[in-house]
Amino acid sequence: MNQMQRILSARRLSHSLIPQSCFLHRRWFSTSETDASSPPLSSPHQKIQTLEDKASNKSRSTASATSSLNEQELAKFSAIADTWWHSEGPFKPLHLMNPTRLAFIRSTLCRHFSKDPSSARPFEGLRLIDVGCGGGLLSEPLARMGATVTGIDAVDKNVKIARLHADMDPVTSTIEYQCTTAEKLVDDGRTFDAVLALEVIEHVANPAEFCKSLSALTIPNGATVLSTINRSMRAYASAIVAAEYILQWLPKGTHEWSSFLTPEELTMILQRASVDVKEMAGFVYNPITGRWLLSDDISVNFIAYGTKKE
Amino acid sequence: QSYIYIYHVMSDVIVPWDRVLARQLRTNVCGSKHIFQRAWSTHVTRKVSSTAGSNESNANSTGDSPQHDIAIVGGGMVGIALAASLASKPLTKHLNVAIIDNNPLLGRKNIIEKGHLPDPRVSTVTPATISFLKDIGAWKYIEEQRHAYFDKMQVWDYTGLGYTRYNAKDVDQDILGCVVENKVLQSSQLSCVQESDLQKTIYPARLNSMDMLPSSSLTGLGEVPSTADLFMRGRLAKLELSDGNNVYAKLVVGADGSKSRVRELAGIKTTGWNYSQNAIICTVEHTVENFTAWQRFLPNGPIALLPVGDKFSNIVWTMDPTEASDRRSMSEDDFIKAVNDALDYGYGPHPETTSSGGSSLSWLTGDVNISAKERFETPPKVVKLSSERMMFPLSLRHAKDYVSNRVALVGDSAHTVHPLAGQGVNLGFADASALSRAIAEGIALGTDIGEANLLKRYEAERKPANIAMMAVLDGIQKMYAVNFGPLNAFRAAAFHGAHYISPLKKRIISYASGEQSLPLFS
Repeated sequence: MNQMQRILSARRLSHSLIPQSCFLHRRWFSTSETDASSPPLSSPHQKIQTLEDKASNKSRSTASATSSLNEQELAKFSAIADTWWHSEGPFKPLHLMNPTRLAFIRSTLCRHFSKDPSSARPFEGLRLIDVGCGGGLLSEPLARMGATVTGIDAVDKNVKIARLHADMDPVTSTIEYQCTTAEKLVDDGRTFDAVLALEVIEHVANPAEFCKSLSALTIPNGATVLSTINRSMRAYASAIVAAEYILQWLPKGTHEWSSFLTPEELTMILQRASVDVKEMAGFVYNPITGRWLLSDDISVNFIAYGTKKE
Repeated sequence: QSYIYIYHVMSDVIVPWDRVLARQLRTNVCGSKHIFQRAWSTHVTRKVSSTAGSNESNANSTGDSPQHDIAIVGGGMVGIALAASLASKPLTKHLNVAIIDNNPLLGRKNIIEKGHLPDPRVSTVTPATISFLKDIGAWKYIEEQRHAYFDKMQVWDYTGLGYTRYNAKDVDQDILGCVVENKVLQSSQLSCVQESDLQKTIYPARLNSMDMLPSSSLTGLGEVPSTADLFMRGRLAKLELSDGNNVYAKLVVGADGSKSRVRELAGIKTTGWNYSQNAIICTVEHTVENFTAWQRFLPNGPIALLPVGDKFSNIVWTMDPTEASDRRSMSEDDFIKAVNDALDYGYGPHPETTSSGGSSLSWLTGDVNISAKERFETPPKVVKLSSERMMFPLSLRHAKDYVSNRVALVGDSAHTVHPLAGQGVNLGFADASALSRAIAEGIALGTDIGEANLLKRYEAERKPANIAMMAVLDGIQKMYAVNFGPLNAFRAAAFHGAHYISPLKKRIISYASGEQSLPLFS
């Protein structure tokens, strides 16, 4: 299937099957690029939605097609995007997962940059970038931990929401939000001490190129953190069969299982982009307590921390 | 800069054009749908407003109201415990804490003279609380004052049908608990706070009113918004005190007891009932030292005799209100006679010392533990009354929520229990420990202290445990409130069972010691 056909088929799929309340899962075929890699939904397994509508960072844009798509999409998503920060709303699973992600990031980055983990603002003086920041769920806590944060997202509405919310607290109002892509920032020559791209790479057309961009944004000896879903049988069972068909938490066709990456593949791609993966951890959801926990089980959701070679 | 009106779905965002209008908008918040926004460019950064110029950075020091991270309302044992716990953790010891308490002596160097008579207001601290106090560094101060460890407990009732003895050795511990005067607990923890790096301010005043506004954007306020501005935009809560001061804080903690004003102002409802019982407390003296905690259930309520150190003991006698006022006003000698009677042959016979473990039940009782073999003992006689007799009514009260917007409740403000098992303040210490842990975790993960999710985590940890304990205590209270033959026998049999079935007894001791927070499932 060529790229255009995939986009159109995906759109047809979405229109017919996605109930109104699930539009938030849809990725934006947004401002500058299209990504035809996978159907337009970004969700890890079960109840976690990444819900950060992210486009890929490849700029293969068919501008006229995307701009018309944009208007419609924008209108549909306006109400839903406002619920980013409603902790009991549609983004609730992401809110639940956030502390767990932050715990991993805090521990690995403190170690990497030799910062005191018992300090309240350990990232003071570090420049971090949150690629695919969505409403800023990750950027704000990182700013409170003292980091100088830049958040980018290809979806303009997300950036607006993020800006509005960050402006409510003096500590987070210093976050820089931009509606742009990693590639564009590379072209601008920006670099950061640590680059974070959580729940993005499964929606990218060319993961290898994406990782190269992330690596280019990282200073030598800097840190790169990615999280995504594993291409495993268990992920198929939970993220696709269970979530989409049995429990119907996600619309059918949300995930293209073939676009998931295994930890080994991710490690290899990052290796080729001059990033050495040092640590990996899995996220496990406990439906009884409703909490996410870090574990060694990387068979469904996993997060990887790597260092950029010199 | 041009402004654009945008229809906004988020109904909790309002724009205070000026303070008066803000108050009106606040009351109509659900209908308000207009919001000013700056013109959006793709590169959106926060610009420093240059209007106020370089005076902004000095504004905080001159004339701007002080801001605190946490305002603890109530400087009693539990409120100070929270402050001391925050002071002992590296992640939280840099916080700025305000303590609001009406007591003008709070914080002054109070030297408790060594030879003083024990105050009747004492608390039994469980081993779990003792480890908490050790962790925050307060236990060493407590050990310098009068305190009484005990390792044995005897519980029996007036029917003479049975008794139970608990021994710390049953669970391989050295002690079952320690009895400490409340003012010692409070001053020791306060010493810890005063010696720490925690920035603290004590406000000797009463809380009059409290206000929190919904969150809104800080755009246009410049680099360092003033305290009042932060309050208007919902970042801080405002507390108005009786001496006219205004205190601003990100989080307000209600540690102000069972008639909590914070709870009232936050609109948190309670459930509960009054027991038709009052308790009389006093200090008494013996001729010998007492190392055991004694409790006898009488028809109108239990009488407890707790060692407090040297040859003193503390009496907690629960009875109905008319009896209570009689006993309070009777002469000292008559009172001493009544106490000795209640602990001895009054109301009913001594239980017989049963021989250890009926052979037919040995498969059930298993390893019969030490205390099951112990004989029934009579408590030491009281020879002198050493303090005034204080009386207070008993009730059970539980707050429906422990947390609300920028508010958390700890201690008696969240839950009030019957003193029959000496658990009340231990629940409060556990609350303080859990809340400070939740705050530390929140700070570690970059959360705003007053945020709902953080506070809810504290509530989810403490509420089930507190409710379980309250249910157990209330159940015991009700079980003993009835004098009815078959029920008495059933009660005694249950007692007997608990006395001899070691696994059950171990669980009971472990639960009462605070080692496990839920009676089942742990």
